Amino acid sequence: MNTTETLLWVVIPYVCLAVFVLGHVWRYRYDKFGWTTRSSQLYESRLLRWASPLFHFGILAVFLGHVMGLGVPKSWTEAVGISAEAYHVMAVGIGAIAGLCTLVGMVLLIYRRRTVGPVFRATTRMDKLMYLVLAVVIFLGLWNTVAGSVLNLGGYYDYRDGVSVWFRSIFLFQPHPELMAAAPLGFQLHGMAAMLLFALWPFTRLVHVFSAPVFYLWRPYVVYRSRSDRYGARAARPGWERVDRPQKVR
Amino acid sequence: MRVMAQMSMVMNLDKCIGCHTCSVTCKQAWTNRTGTEYVWFNNVETRPGQGYPRTYEDQEKWEGGWTLTKNGRLRLKAGGRLKNLMTIFASPKQPSIDEYYEPWTYDYENLTNAPLQEHTPVARPKSLLSGQDMNVTWSANWDDDLGGSPALAAADPVLAKISDKVKLEFEQTFMFYLPRICEHCLNPSCAASCPSGAIYKRSEDGIVLVDQDACRGWRKCVTGCPYKKVYFNHRTGKAEKCTFCFPRIEVGLPTVCSETCVGRLRYIGLVLYDADRVLEAASVTDERELLASQRSVFLDPNDPAVVREAEAAGIPRDWVEAAQRSPIWALINKYEVALPLHPEYRTMPMVWYIPPLSPVVDVVAETGEDAEDPGNLFAAIDTLRIPVEYLAELFTAGDTVPVTAVLKRLAAMRSYMRDLNMGRDADASIPASVGMDEASMYEMYRLLALAKYDERYVIPSAHAEQAHGLEELATECSLDYDGGPGMGGSGPFGEGSGVNDPIAVENFHMLRQRQTTDTVADPSTRKARVNLLSWDGKGAPAGLFPPRSGTDGPHLRDPEGPSGETQPLPAGGSVPGPAGTGTEPTGTPPTGTPPTGPARDDDAGAGR
Ligand code: HEM
Ligand code: SF4
Ligand code: SF4
Repeated sequence: MNTTETLLWVVIPYVCLAVFVLGHVWRYRYDKFGWTTRSSQLYESRLLRWASPLFHFGILAVFLGHVMGLGVPKSWTEAVGISAEAYHVMAVGIGAIAGLCTLVGMVLLIYRRRTVGPVFRATTRMDKLMYLVLAVVIFLGLWNTVAGSVLNLGGYYDYRDGVSVWFRSIFLFQPHPELMAAAPLGFQLHGMAAMLLFALWPFTRLVHVFSAPVFYLWRPYVVYRSRSDRYGARAARPGWERVDRPQKVR
Repeated sequence: MRVMAQMSMVMNLDKCIGCHTCSVTCKQAWTNRTGTEYVWFNNVETRPGQGYPRTYEDQEKWEGGWTLTKNGRLRLKAGGRLKNLMTIFASPKQPSIDEYYEPWTYDYENLTNAPLQEHTPVARPKSLLSGQDMNVTWSANWDDDLGGSPALAAADPVLAKISDKVKLEFEQTFMFYLPRICEHCLNPSCAASCPSGAIYKRSEDGIVLVDQDACRGWRKCVTGCPYKKVYFNHRTGKAEKCTFCFPRIEVGLPTVCSETCVGRLRYIGLVLYDADRVLEAASVTDERELLASQRSVFLDPNDPAVVREAEAAGIPRDWVEAAQRSPIWALINKYEVALPLHPEYRTMPMVWYIPPLSPVVDVVAETGEDAEDPGNLFAAIDTLRIPVEYLAELFTAGDTVPVTAVLKRLAAMRSYMRDLNMGRDADASIPASVGMDEASMYEMYRLLALAKYDERYVIPSAHAEQAHGLEELATECSLDYDGGPGMGGSGPFGEGSGVNDPIAVENFHMLRQRQTTDTVADPSTRKARVNLLSWDGKGAPAGLFPPRSGTDGPHLRDPEGPSGETQPLPAGGSVPGPAGTGTEPTGTPPTGTPPTGPARDDDAGAGR
């Protein structure tokens, strides 16, 4: 384990992940109002109608793929009887399709951002930086899948024995930087760019991902907010403390 | 029975002169900011006409509101919950800016800066969205007063529901104005469509609000509202809607649109209703039953049982009393002259309308007959199919019977009162012919025609003990919020990011640094505004006029003007604080940056 390895695959990841977590906490506290998708559909929807679902469904599939590939140890999938080959074919197949959707969607989104006047005018510097890094990450990821696993450029590399183990080791606080150091350059670059993206994440519009409104499926349609929701929001002024009286629960 | 109180409004359309004062003052108070240029919480449409946004009433196209499923349950017309989430990445039914209009300003500078040339320089229209030159081809009231008819009015979705033959006669017969605000529905589909649950109904007074901190910009509420009264602020990425001027209502003042209404045609008051019965009432099978079913949800505030239940539900005594004096209750359930707008959307709207009799009166008058004679009027109501059918499409899902009944009551009142005004004997048979007695007809006349201020607006103020439950009451220290003074402005993540200012701070204290601009297009001055929300008509609100250069030195800018009513301005626009140009501690005298001439907006922007 030499210094460069440690710096690249231990220090930087931890710093980035710390920025990711703390950044979100800070952003949420400081900037609830800025926590939004900043939808640009009002300006333009013909392109968005295709680009945004393509990109989002793609990236969500890609995300699930990463959860599987990085999160689930090879031994587990083998234990349930999925052979390495079957897994590989499935992962690469689905991954390539999802990746392609993401890429096409993203290219369309970026094209739209640049060419549609009002959308471009509503683009912040942070948006541009975010798109740059996001595009690099997505492109490198897709490159690894296609070049590494489909075309087999530079020999076969099973990331589930290398990158994945390193990734999990980070969260187990027993980092194995040597595994990353041994990975092909494409994977190294993808990983590094992803770390950079994580560090940027809380400061971009990407925060909207964390408010994905799944609870909508269960909550009552109409939300009421009553005064009792706010009791205790701040201390009562002296002499104005609330006298508790039985109140009918709404 | 679960009693809830609802703040609601009735508008008497006969009196609307289409002056748009309500729209303008509302805009001045609430939406004169970048990002809300196209947003009209209050708009006034000429009917027949396309409305705003264009053809919003065509729910086959826009899929707003609720619909009944085959098994009789209510479902959002745009689709169930799952579909709503699956279409979140690009909302399939959202009106684009073209359905509203592309906001613009003019390049006035060119008038003074243009070099000497053969032709007079012009101020070109510039899009506020793209900053480019644009052609102005549509705006909020492009078809005002039937402008462009019949070509434009023919696209009116309401007109489309009446047979073709009708259309042609129709343009010659009548026209009226329809002022619209958010309906503050009992069964709001905007709230139901919001994936984040950021739109809520206040249980104290039923006002429907968007929690700006919880809104995540999914923009589904825009689709959900059939009246298209939720707007997307394209700069902040958040939904905004009519607030029923809750900071005013809480202190007993009517909304800005009502206060400034030239025709004095708006009524505000409470209605008590049974919250347990709303869903059932909104789900009746026959659309034409919706008027009756909604009326049946309202509770008689004079019924002792209701009063008891209201008190048990925690509704304060004075609110119940206000509900008893409510003009809304009287107009809807006692005189039965107010009707809901498009009950067929099944949202149980709470801004109701007294349909206009004037089209009928006009026709009778044109024929040279006596337009105040009950016989003539009644006959005209019965024979003038077109206006009545049109009104029915607006107010009763196409059922002409209730509309006719209301128009006859209005006609009867007109005739009955003429006798009185002419010093003749009152004719008791006239009220009787529309099922009223003389006393109630006279009372109705008082309410409709004389309409004294305190009869039109019966608004109990919010209770101190509820203060924390109501949004941000002005009684709290205005600086006492997360982040505190010096925050605000626009954060590093784009427009409107960072801690936002509570409305109480923004409106009641009229932050000085926001009120000195004459450009609307420059985002760096986006927070500059004149605010009429708390203007009581005396003096001039700060920032209404640009500071006079030269005479207006810092020495004149003491915080209290001679009358104590005007708020002097620091000419620097906003005073850059440590964290951008944010909320200056109110109450501190302005620091009196000396006027710097036309460049002042730039130094305001520098801090952002
Ligand atoms: C998990 C659930 C997610 C939801 C519900 C969601 C929803 C949305 C919505 C509603 C928009 C606004 C589209 C518009 O009207 O302009 C948007 C934009 C965007 N989202 Fe997501 N998103 C999700 C996840 C993600 C993820 C995982 C990423 C990328 C890592 C992402 C990246 C973006 C980007 C880059 C835009 C801006 C598109 C543009 O250029 O306008 N989103 N998202
Ligand atoms: S009219 Fe108002 S309360 Fe009703 S659905 Fe629309 S925005 Fe919501
Ligand atoms: S201010 Fe009153 S009269 Fe004028 S348009 Fe508005 S509602 Fe009609």
